[in-house]
Amino acid sequence: MTGEHQRASERLSRALSGAMERMGPALERVRLAAPSAVRRFGRPAAVAGAAAATGAGAYAATRACVRRPGVAPGEGVDLHAAVTVKCPRDQVYRFWHRFERLPSFMTHVASVTTIDGITHWTARGPAGMTVEWDAKIVEDLRDELISWRSTSTALAPNSGTVRFCEAPGGRGTEVRVHLRYDPPGGRAGLAVARLLGEHPEQQVRDDLRRFKQVMETGEVVRSEGSPEGTRALRQLKRRPARPVR
Amino acid sequence: MKANCWMGRGDVEVRDVPDPRILNGHDAVVRVTSTAICGSDLHLYDGFVPTMKKGDILGHEFMGEVVEVGPDVRNLHVGDRVVVPFPIACGRCAACELGLYSVCENTNPNAGLAEKFLGHSPAGIFGYSHMLGGYPGGQAEYARVPFADVGPIKIEDGLADEQVLFLSDILPTGWMGAEMCEIKPGDVIAVWGAGPVGQFAVAGAYLMGADQVVCIDRFAYRLRIAERAGATALDYEEVDVREALLDLTAGRGPDACIDAVGMEAHYANPALYAYDRTKQATRLETDRPYALREAIMNCRNGGIVAVIGVYAGFLDKFPMGAVMNRSLTLKAGQCHVQRHLKPLLAKIREGDIDPSFVITHRLPLDEAPRGYQMFRDKQDECNKVVLTP
Repeated sequence: MTGEHQRASERLSRALSGAMERMGPALERVRLAAPSAVRRFGRPAAVAGAAAATGAGAYAATRACVRRPGVAPGEGVDLHAAVTVKCPRDQVYRFWHRFERLPSFMTHVASVTTIDGITHWTARGPAGMTVEWDAKIVEDLRDELISWRSTSTALAPNSGTVRFCEAPGGRGTEVRVHLRYDPPGGRAGLAVARLLGEHPEQQVRDDLRRFKQVMETGEVVRSEGSPEGTRALRQLKRRPARPVR
Repeated sequence: MKANCWMGRGDVEVRDVPDPRILNGHDAVVRVTSTAICGSDLHLYDGFVPTMKKGDILGHEFMGEVVEVGPDVRNLHVGDRVVVPFPIACGRCAACELGLYSVCENTNPNAGLAEKFLGHSPAGIFGYSHMLGGYPGGQAEYARVPFADVGPIKIEDGLADEQVLFLSDILPTGWMGAEMCEIKPGDVIAVWGAGPVGQFAVAGAYLMGADQVVCIDRFAYRLRIAERAGATALDYEEVDVREALLDLTAGRGPDACIDAVGMEAHYANPALYAYDRTKQATRLETDRPYALREAIMNCRNGGIVAVIGVYAGFLDKFPMGAVMNRSLTLKAGQCHVQRHLKPLLAKIREGDIDPSFVITHRLPLDEAPRGYQMFRDKQDECNKVVLTP
């Protein structure tokens, strides 16, 4: 573990322990798998509760608590993002619908598995932390839309829809993602959000940009300055534009 | 490998860095045989382009030999000699399909950053800030070329590096400026800037049938090179540009005007120059638009003003009244190099143009810092520097 990771891990650990004290019983549902957190709490898996069809959704859900920490339960937060992909609608829908392939453009998502209609998501956070959650597909119209809702164990109950429609004049397919979630509020949500720490709307847009790249060119476009491809966090903490050793 | 790196404002340094490697299936790695310092590199050197990072490898005009190809590149092979266009384009998005390669929708991984400055993101560019992708440049011994199946053009005959190197940027950039002018017989074209891009715009305008091309600058040695391309030279420190243009066109004004890279333009009026220079230095505006203002004010009614090369962000005192009330057409664009490569290579091969006429200095890559300084400070009549790794 590098020094930087070590420090990040320690910060994570401190923030989490504070959050856990304040959250009390709710944390029975939140198990964090950061290496240091594992040592501290002794439980390897994590469920940070937010569910979404984009990996960013989970982060977005929690991150938005930072922006609106006082939001009351039930008030909800909405995020929108859209992109035009120069591919036929059925192809775009089919690619998205194979959920296990979503990590190819959702860089935070390590894996997606589907068992009995429930998708199980594992996402990567900073300092080796992982976040897991379940989501249920509630509507699925071929070539038109996919809707989902988090299961009852979610810390930040949320739902979302991705719609596909023909772009005018043969321009391909318009993809629109709409996320809605009810952040948990309070300091616990805030702490988790800070750990995940990226701008939620930017992150959903970045997912869609990479989706477009993968659909149109077959690859996530990378530069030496941004070797993981489009990622909001990298745009804030840049490395020099020179080859990675 | 050795590479010329941006180390801060007014500071470049040739350093040892890791060799590039293939990151994606459509990549190739090129061993650079010739690379050039572009006038637009001076804007980075002077610190006027945001989002540079210490250690960034510079350079977007380069050519060389393919030494490695990714599994998805089928049109290039190890050993091929190629010139690489400065904008990186995927060749598959809607913009690329329209031939608008420099606004490719997929090649800027930092598109979100560019959107904050520019509204929407253009394509990624080699060695030209993180806002435009964070790609290392070609002032190095080796360079990774993304979408190598789309950009590079193979040079299969005996043309020398110096004859084809400028296909990478300045030749098509100047050419595109002339093309934007929609030149018709009898047209008088005015070009602000007698640097290499302006010199190629002059040459291009004549090849497209202009009756007369006027070139405006303040450096005699640059104007002399533009004159060799056929231009009528105007030194704006010696003559009143407006009077001269009115006289040349008998009161009409030029049919089209080209702003050949006016981002850091100078102006003969010291008070106006000081106004914009101060605003630029304090970052209240990123660009100094004298050339552009003058081009707009002098263009004939109903004419075209073409803006090429570099503008970074915002500028002041833009004469929109002239544009609107006099039915001017303002055209602008970063060069869509890919679409000009084949036609321009054919013109070089047929002898219509030999772009090597702009070169004044040849240096080894190690001396890149001296090249930058000399080029910026206009020492030794420096017009264009070619570096050899």
